[in-house]
Amino acid sequence: MHFEYHVESGDFINAGSTSSAVKKTLKQLNVDSSIIKRTVVALYEAEVNIVAHAYKGTIYVDIDQEAITIRLVDEGPGIPDIDKAMEMGYSTASPSVREMGFGAGMGLPNIKNNTDRMSITSKVGVGTTVEIYNKLQ
Amino acid sequence: MTVKEVVEKLNFKVFSGAEGLQNEIIGGYTGDLLSDVMGNAEASHIWITLQTHKNVMAIATLKELAAIVLVKGYKPEEETINQSNEENIPILGTDEDEFEISAKIFNLLNQ
Ligand SMILES: Nc1ncnc2c1ncn2[C@@H]1O[C@H](COP(=O)(O)OP(=O)(O)OP(=O)(O)O)[C@@H](O)[C@H]1O
Ligand SMILES: [Mg+2]
Repeated sequence: MHFEYHVESGDFINAGSTSSAVKKTLKQLNVDSSIIKRTVVALYEAEVNIVAHAYKGTIYVDIDQEAITIRLVDEGPGIPDIDKAMEMGYSTASPSVREMGFGAGMGLPNIKNNTDRMSITSKVGVGTTVEIYNKLQ
Repeated sequence: MTVKEVVEKLNFKVFSGAEGLQNEIIGGYTGDLLSDVMGNAEASHIWITLQTHKNVMAIATLKELAAIVLVKGYKPEEETINQSNEENIPILGTDEDEFEISAKIFNLLNQ
């Protein structure tokens, strides 16, 4: 199964809609609920990072018998130092984004903790790709 | 303990999601940093916060929380209310602050 979703910068109202769509799909496929929860937590964080930090992006979701693979490809400022970005507490979120309760610098660590595999590739001034992989059984 | 029992004992206002008042509460988490809550709250927890916008419901839904308590008289935004009604996750309100109300809920749950 393959799905695609689009995400726009600053669109906090719809942030999370991809995660809930994927959650519904995985539920219909009778995937174990703890795997569903881990997957949608990771996806939500990655989705919100596009809304908060990039300009726009596309989310590609692939599901087969064994696993779910999600690629979030954005156009944005990119991440100069990925190791630093992965650190708990590191955040460049703007004041207005922080006011909403984002910007704890825990999103990427949450993704790592809730996936079997994750990877980030990024080019400064171009954009970032986050890949999330979870086994479904 | 159900959400309804906590509402009655602590005199909470019910803003929305009344169909979820029978949800069972097994613990709680207090926080205003969304990804902290995302990383640490557990299913069937009651969440104490002052955040009122729609992403609060995204987190409550994805984590399958039992209910949300808004402190210090804060009110949920309209979109937050709508999603709470759709998901049957109640949004409750109190005039007390996070420290006081967390302590009271903690005591109730551990009686
Ligand atoms: N898609 C992205 N594009 C550009 N920068 C990003 C992107 N994702 C993350 N970053 C950078 O990595 C930092 C850490 O991200 P992380 O998700 O851990 O925290 P945050 O988004 O700042 O806060 P939180 O997720 O706790 O609300 C961000 O502050 C930002 O500098
Ligand atoms: Mg983040």
